[in-house]
Amino acid sequence: MDRATDGELRCRYRPGDVVDGFTVGPRMHEGGNGYLFHVTAPADRDPGFPLLMKVPAIGPGEPAISIVGFEVEEMILPMLRGRAAPRVVATGDLLRSPYIVMERIDGESLAAKAQAAPLPPDEVARIGAAIADALVEIHAQDVVHLDVKPENVMLRADGSAVFLDFGFSQHARLPDLLAEEQRYAAGSAAYVSPEQLSGRRNDPRSDIFALGAVLYELATGETPFGEPATIAGMRDRMWREPEPPRALNPDIPPWLQEVILRCLHPKAERRYPSASVVAFDLHHPDSVSLTERSTRSAGPGFTRHFGRWWRHWREATAPETPRPARAAPVILVAVDTEHPDDPRHPALQAATRNVIAMNPESRLICVSVIRAPRLGEGDAMEDTASGKHLEHVARLKRWVEPLRHPAAQSSLHAVESGNAVDTLLDLAHANHVDLIVLGAPSPEQARLAWWRSVASGVTANARCSVYVVRVPTPNDDAADSR
Amino acid sequence: MRIALLADVHANVHALEACIAHARDRGAERLAFLGDLVGYGADAREVVGIVSREVERGAVAIKGNHDEAVQKSQGYFNEAATAAIDWARRTLTPEDTRFLSGLPLIVREDPVTFVHASAAAPERWDYVDGSSTAARCIEAAGTPYTFCGHVHDQVLYFTTGAGRASAFVPTSGAPIPVRSHRRWLAIAGSVGQPRDRNPRAAYALFDGKREEITFFRVDYDAHAAAERIRGSGLPESLAFRVELGI
Repeated sequence: MDRATDGELRCRYRPGDVVDGFTVGPRMHEGGNGYLFHVTAPADRDPGFPLLMKVPAIGPGEPAISIVGFEVEEMILPMLRGRAAPRVVATGDLLRSPYIVMERIDGESLAAKAQAAPLPPDEVARIGAAIADALVEIHAQDVVHLDVKPENVMLRADGSAVFLDFGFSQHARLPDLLAEEQRYAAGSAAYVSPEQLSGRRNDPRSDIFALGAVLYELATGETPFGEPATIAGMRDRMWREPEPPRALNPDIPPWLQEVILRCLHPKAERRYPSASVVAFDLHHPDSVSLTERSTRSAGPGFTRHFGRWWRHWREATAPETPRPARAAPVILVAVDTEHPDDPRHPALQAATRNVIAMNPESRLICVSVIRAPRLGEGDAMEDTASGKHLEHVARLKRWVEPLRHPAAQSSLHAVESGNAVDTLLDLAHANHVDLIVLGAPSPEQARLAWWRSVASGVTANARCSVYVVRVPTPNDDAADSR
Repeated sequence: MRIALLADVHANVHALEACIAHARDRGAERLAFLGDLVGYGADAREVVGIVSREVERGAVAIKGNHDEAVQKSQGYFNEAATAAIDWARRTLTPEDTRFLSGLPLIVREDPVTFVHASAAAPERWDYVDGSSTAARCIEAAGTPYTFCGHVHDQVLYFTTGAGRASAFVPTSGAPIPVRSHRRWLAIAGSVGQPRDRNPRAAYALFDGKREEITFFRVDYDAHAAAERIRGSGLPESLAFRVELGI
């Protein structure tokens, strides 16, 4: 460790060194900001997963910003829970021996995948959905990554995504050490959002922009705005939309172009409101509602670009909109389409209408769980699996229409299952649902006892809020006095 | 060593006891009173009693402008503040008054400086109310950590590369790493008279070993404290302030 004090070496450690009990192994990587080493923990502190040690580059000629980025990561990374970030095992004193020992994610770097771009659309969607799921996880913990790019994403064998390098990130409950250190150098030129270029570092929708740039690159093989080397070059994206991906790769389906261009909108409020909504669309390409931009084959013309440019400069001095507290909740409504005349339906519709009135941006997922038919039951067309499915989707459509929620924010699903509780809970979890709304039959409705057990099962086991709607039963005094 | 930072108690014994209990539950080994033990509230004697006992056991206590006013009247005090100081003078024992007048304006225990107002000129009672006053205070303190009160709202200032100070408004209960290679100035908030429309008592807990600070807001019986003020014949406005946190 004496070598650290002579100030000559960029890196303090060499393979074979023992740092606070950790044995430094071979060097894995040398990057702009530092080094990664394989490392082994002392036997009594072995966490049971492979480790690496990240060491910042310090010494003459190193930009101060790289050490601040290391400091930011050292603050934020240990606070993150879940699978979207590597687990931290130990950190060293920033002045004496700066390092972070963390979980080594074994998988494939998205940078390697990006080399092979353009990738098939379904693979782009699968990877994009995994990144969006990971964003949901970190955004829920008040962290904005601010440097989402292929080099910073690892894909595990199970398909899930993990972010590396939180050196540009912002945590809403921690001081932002980078806020005044650097006015623009936030994120990487090819992926950085327009608002980050204006020094705004607290908007989760910046990560959605970067995700859009990554999807664009995976789908076309090119980055949407090139790799500008100057701030002026980067500022283009504050008003300019990129060339439509389909112009570069006609094999890209309209729904994927719709998702990518919506992520990449210059204005944060015109992008997806939250990562959970992006994740939903990428998991369910069929329910992406297409607009004009889905089939666009050329960028907006000169007039529109000029108009945008002009509005951009006029608005550049306007006060910024604050970060939305809860951008767009995802609401799942369980609708019993097997009993379309049930008195619960008006009550459930009224309750759903109230919930979406409070959250106009919400995404509404309407689900009908159809009980799987017993073998040999029925042979008419409407009893076959596909015929039954269509009939229930049609009933869902009739159910949701009176609510007048924008079709772009609604989706309908008829799912055949013998276990409605697990089906609803799985759907809710996979789609980051914030609220489940469902009806419960009154005690008099004996034939609906099955639904009563669904309501109690969902309520007992949901990870989110549950709104159980009942039709009020008149207070029967005679019954009470018995 | 975990130190509880208790500023601007302002003769509110209900709030003080709640904060001390809260801090001890979280492993506080030492208490630091950052000035303004008296003024505004009705429990001057009780508060001075607790603090003087704690000082005998190793606590730090700093003098605030209201503590100084017990001895020498302050021309800039408003009517209600003056009434509360007059009342404190009548209720405090000579021993209590001696204790208050003997308090230091600033204490440095490297790596920490304790002061009521600004370390730049503690006796002038300047407010640390922005980046430039914070930078001056941090510079004058000369230690990695400066803890003060006087301003009743919780704020954490930190130096950036350019030598400026940035402000951060903390969330109650969220630990913040405060590495000692930077300089940090924590305004602990007011135990006895918060003014951010949140009546809960404010204090902070500093963990020197882990280099971490956590700001807290603590529930206590603000109504009881307000009733004490009313019962003492002090201006009604002072009771309201405590109940509503204004």
